[in-house]
Amino acid sequence: METIWFCLVAVMVAMYVLLDGFDLGAGAIHFLVARTSEERRQVIATIGPVWDGNEVWLLAAGGTLYFAFPALYASGFSGFYLPLMIVLWLLILRGTAVEFRNHIQSPIWIPFWDFVFFLSSLLLAVFFGAALGNVVRGVPLDQTGYFFEPLWTNFRLGEHTGVLDWFTILVGVQALLALMMHGGLWVQLKTHGAVSERAEKVAGRAWWGVLVMTAVVTGATFVLQPQVIANFHTWPAGYVLPLIAVAGFAAVKFELHRKNERNAFLASCTYFLGMLTSVVFGVYPMVLPARNPAFSLTVQNAKAADYGLKIGLIWWVIGMALVTVYFVYVYRSFAGKVSETPDSPGHGD
Amino acid sequence: MGSALDVHRLQFAFTVTYHYLFPQLTMGLALLLVILKTLALRTGDEHYNRAARFWAKIFGINFALGVVTGIPMEFQFGTNWAEFSKAAGGVIGQTLAMEGVFSFFLESSFLGLFLYGEKRLGRIGHWWAAFFVFLGSWMSGYLIVATDAWMQHPTGYRLNASGGIELASYWHLILNPWALWQYAHNMLGAVQTGCFVMAAVGAFYLLTKRDLPYGRTFVRLGVLVGVVAAILQLVPTGDFQGKMVAENQPATLAAMEGLFVSQEGAPLAILGQPDVEKRQLDNPLQVPRMLSLLTYQHWSAHVQGLDAFPANQWPDKIELLYYSYHVMVGLGTIFIAVMVLSVFLLWRNKLYESRWMLWILMLSVPLPYIANTAGWMTAELGRQPWLIYGLLRTIHGASPRVGAGNVWFTLLGFMGMYTVLSILWLFLVYREIERGPEPENAQHAGVTPLAAD
Repeated sequence: METIWFCLVAVMVAMYVLLDGFDLGAGAIHFLVARTSEERRQVIATIGPVWDGNEVWLLAAGGTLYFAFPALYASGFSGFYLPLMIVLWLLILRGTAVEFRNHIQSPIWIPFWDFVFFLSSLLLAVFFGAALGNVVRGVPLDQTGYFFEPLWTNFRLGEHTGVLDWFTILVGVQALLALMMHGGLWVQLKTHGAVSERAEKVAGRAWWGVLVMTAVVTGATFVLQPQVIANFHTWPAGYVLPLIAVAGFAAVKFELHRKNERNAFLASCTYFLGMLTSVVFGVYPMVLPARNPAFSLTVQNAKAADYGLKIGLIWWVIGMALVTVYFVYVYRSFAGKVSETPDSPGHGD
Repeated sequence: MGSALDVHRLQFAFTVTYHYLFPQLTMGLALLLVILKTLALRTGDEHYNRAARFWAKIFGINFALGVVTGIPMEFQFGTNWAEFSKAAGGVIGQTLAMEGVFSFFLESSFLGLFLYGEKRLGRIGHWWAAFFVFLGSWMSGYLIVATDAWMQHPTGYRLNASGGIELASYWHLILNPWALWQYAHNMLGAVQTGCFVMAAVGAFYLLTKRDLPYGRTFVRLGVLVGVVAAILQLVPTGDFQGKMVAENQPATLAAMEGLFVSQEGAPLAILGQPDVEKRQLDNPLQVPRMLSLLTYQHWSAHVQGLDAFPANQWPDKIELLYYSYHVMVGLGTIFIAVMVLSVFLLWRNKLYESRWMLWILMLSVPLPYIANTAGWMTAELGRQPWLIYGLLRTIHGASPRVGAGNVWFTLLGFMGMYTVLSILWLFLVYREIERGPEPENAQHAGVTPLAAD
């Protein structure tokens, strides 16, 4: 039962990364692909109707984590206190920027929110990557099941790690590059003309960066987290997950070359799915590895009682079926590229 | 630990109070928007669609702020209240996760369609979009109230061998009787905020002699729905809520009412200042025997005062609790008076010309916000010293490793950021009101747009 929930939470997190990932990526490359205020409006219009729903995956994944693994939620959230609060502030700034940018057509209002949107998106991408890095590396949990990490200490992997050290920063950079690629592929798919062309170029260049960083981070992970190698040894079928990531990644370049916008974006989604499932597979059954393995939180010692997990499965399946319907409907309603001219006044805002 | 605990509490109180300024309006407006869209559909009158479009813009601004200030709430259960989350996450995580899965997805999906998709969806489709936004936000309200109700009056749980709290019955959690009354009471409060805001904007238009047809519609809809909500707020929902407190949290009732001494035929305090040290109410203005009557339907019923409970069972902020409760009840009474009077004038066809009444409606706009905030403060301060009533004390609920220095840092950060959001909010909402329901018609001579657009 707990393994099922481990997988379901992982699916929700993956959905969050895939979906909010492209709008974070679009923000991170905002100024690279759009030179004028009108072009920037187009970039924001590609995510305008969907970013909020995408972000709900974070909340829903958080809520699901809360009821399925309360001890993990308590320990992880309080241990990462400051970085999470900074993430919250960035999410607040970013949501405000997207929603309020087009309210006033003024030469100081719009560039200000464009910049806020860009910076908060970029920093969120780095922070989310660093968070994943922390989970892989392990945190200083002790016998009470709690820990507390400051933002940084000496950037080394010693006894007293901070949230940011060289490894987690590397993962942060990898995440940023990967999301820039993902966002670029989204923007090229949803826009016309110059913006689309530039987005395609940015995605193509980011691809090389992702290639290097993925190799570096994967190598470092094998050294730092022995559980990963052990898991792939025990269940060799797991090798299919990194292979999916590699295939997706190669397909991004191939499809970009063929100018197939839609497939290139879907290939990028495949890359992300492959990478995330590889990580999740690699750390299982731990949900939060400790620097001292004896104190790691695992699916067994962090889970809620079985009755609640069983009940949850019923409503979760119903809920997700509904969510699938909404998402298909919404993405269909806003299918196609965004227009190159603003909507007529009075329609939308 | 003591000082860190206070900052944890202050941060949660601050962030949740601020957050709830937005949902109380959007939940209320969601209902009014469905009504406007229904009127548009049934009468075929474009006037109601324009009115709905105007309110949709205000709704959109408030909804966005509700979303961005709401995300910290879920996070803070883990970041600041780790021991509470560890103990109770298996139970209240259910309702919180359901809120994400069932409400937020529904709301966020259809809000985009509602705000941006009127042309694509057509008349009927757009009505459904409005309805789903309403449904999502009201369901969200229920799941949050059910979470709080479980903390007020835990049901459907059992304690396991190691003292942890487990879910034992899903339906007892979801259909907690406390939740049903609290939800009704809470949603009526939200509807009142929506009604007062709508009526106030309408009154503003009528008083400034602009957008008159809209002004009349807003005032009419605001007071007609508002009068129903204001009355139901008191009877039966407020009344039942009070009786549940009397039955399940008697020390809380005593503190709310400022009743220090147990007595038969207890009076109801209208005004007065509690002096907790001397255990008395200064300058009391009381209605004799009224508290006994309201609580137990008998003039001389025995009501327990605070002296019936050991001091470690008392809520720890008695003064604030007493004032919160009295402000809520006092304002609720004023709302009934304002709304009944307005509806009377509307019935006599005098409301739109009664400038004094329109002034009152316009100036009342902050009051429902204050009443809703005071109501939640009553509930949450009244639950003290418990985090989960009878199960977990607040002092045992906070995160053990997060020190006061870190919490002060984030609390100050939230205060700064929310100050900026408040300014933006006032500015943008005022701007929409100033532009009015027909921004394309440059009919408002003398009204200078705030920005060239």
